[in-house]
Amino acid sequence: MTFTQILKEYDWNEVKNFIHSRTAEDVAAVLNKDIITETDFAVLLSPAAEKFLEPMAKEASRITLQRFGKTIKIYGPIYTSNECTNSCVYCGFNRHNEIPRVTLTDEEVVAEAKTIADMGIQHLLLVTGESPKVVSVSDLARTCDLLRDMFSSLSIEVFPMSTEEYSILRNSGADGLTIYQETYNRETYAKVHPAGRKRDFEWRLETPDRGAEAGYRTVGIGALMGLEDFRTEEFFVGLHARYLMKHYWKTHVTVSFPRIRFAAGNFTPYELIKDKNLVQSMLALRLFLHDAGLVISTREPAEMREHLLPLGVTQMSAGSKTEPGGYNKEHDGKQFKVEDDRSVAEFCAMLRSKGYDPVMKDWDKNFLVRS
Amino acid sequence: MFSKNLIIDGRTFRSRLMVGTGKFAGSDVMAAAAEASGAEIVTVALRRVDVNNPQDDILNHIDTSKYLLLPNTSGARDAEEAVRLARIARAAGCEPWIKLEVTPDPYYLLPDPIETFKAAEILVKEGFKVLPYINADPVLCKRLEEIGTVTVMPLGAPIGSNKGIKTVDNLRIIIEQAHVPVVVDAGIGAPSHAALAIEMGADAVLVNTAIATAGDPVKMALAFKLAVDAAVTARDAGMPSQKEKAEASSPLTGFLRD
Repeated sequence: MTFTQILKEYDWNEVKNFIHSRTAEDVAAVLNKDIITETDFAVLLSPAAEKFLEPMAKEASRITLQRFGKTIKIYGPIYTSNECTNSCVYCGFNRHNEIPRVTLTDEEVVAEAKTIADMGIQHLLLVTGESPKVVSVSDLARTCDLLRDMFSSLSIEVFPMSTEEYSILRNSGADGLTIYQETYNRETYAKVHPAGRKRDFEWRLETPDRGAEAGYRTVGIGALMGLEDFRTEEFFVGLHARYLMKHYWKTHVTVSFPRIRFAAGNFTPYELIKDKNLVQSMLALRLFLHDAGLVISTREPAEMREHLLPLGVTQMSAGSKTEPGGYNKEHDGKQFKVEDDRSVAEFCAMLRSKGYDPVMKDWDKNFLVRS
Repeated sequence: MFSKNLIIDGRTFRSRLMVGTGKFAGSDVMAAAAEASGAEIVTVALRRVDVNNPQDDILNHIDTSKYLLLPNTSGARDAEEAVRLARIARAAGCEPWIKLEVTPDPYYLLPDPIETFKAAEILVKEGFKVLPYINADPVLCKRLEEIGTVTVMPLGAPIGSNKGIKTVDNLRIIIEQAHVPVVVDAGIGAPSHAALAIEMGADAVLVNTAIATAGDPVKMALAFKLAVDAAVTARDAGMPSQKEKAEASSPLTGFLRD
């Protein structure tokens, strides 16, 4: 059964009503259980569970410490193009936004990568907009070939591809894939993606499957928090993560919690995600899936990132620039505004001061079999 | 007399406790915990270190004049990746000892017996001293022994679970049958678990999560040292045998004469 089929088994509004009508007694009962089922997970996402954030945090912290230790894996993004044919209403790269459009040349990619590597980043995330005419699969493969020897591991966050195309990039050194569904609500998905290739909900929904089938070691998913009722949204994120973990048993699944921040276009979100909403989502997910990697990027402000440390997070970006070429020359073509603008060194020093080991290297490209 | 020393492939170690280096809050506390544990074998994940970089933070904290640095292949999903990792470590100047871990499932990190066997076969032929991490499977232990691994390292419970010796019945068979040292590798969550493994007849234990994630890792490392020492001393003293059934104090056949 594909996740598209699984998703069709659920009625969004029914799930939403279920979550919103739970009581404190329901939550207390779940917190006494050892195994958190799908229904329990929904209970933990309920408004009623907001009064139980402290015991949820204690348990999430205990599980994370046992599974991951006091470590945070550090990664950094490289944006190589902000050209995009999509018109996602929430995104800085929306084709209608008047921002400087930049696609880096190979020389510029290497110069950016060198700056990033010099900052100490060894896990690199390659990001582009969706514009296959400007940045094609073979362009991306060439970029991966340029980057592979400069970093320990290379993940990609680019447009959805076929399994064959993902295999091409894998052969060029990519071993991780990040692809956010943005929203699991079909109607909202259609509304916020009015034009462009991204309109195809199911093609995007099954993208993590194609990456895992192509042998990617890690697959990252998530919803863009704020597009829909976050409680219902995160319920489906959890189901999707669990589905992937069950089906692709050799792939490590990570979940991100991006909140909508200011981006070009001044999009107004469905709801503003409060800090406590983000925390509740993360805690519920950790209690549901003990081993998923949980990712927090520099979208979150410095203070918030520090508070999140003991609550289940396992991976964080640092020193990020979200515009192509931004590490060497900043400009306005950003995907989103970075809220935590500390350097990699400053961020790692903070982690150490709080008793966490910043893990710069957790894989090695030399381990991968080259075809 | 039961020796306090652990001998693996002719090499003598004064401690029957081995420690890992993952999950610590930093390299300083990791090094201090290793010191307190009295261990002489310290395992390190090749994925976490840059074996070619003399400045590598973790490697710099392990004094190879005091410890055997035992690289492990954690993260390898198949034999080919594991063999590649082992070769990279040796090429970088590590001793040819390798803790073989082939764990295709990234969540419970349970060992793949088929790929582990395949990798062990290749690595033994290439001259590696192979210490394979495996499920508590007595037949697999014999098969690995036959192809020349220098230990077997069955798990007590899933790695990182801290659940203790849950595979006790199979471990007893493995210990009974083994010609190479048996090292209980995973699941040991408390000093008492480590002591139990040694009392049962295991040659050594390997502990990581229980030390690394303790409130005070250095103190916990010492506690494991003391527990292992206690069990070793108990073995030396001669453990009283356990019986399944009560033994009649008056023999039933005492009336018989020669």
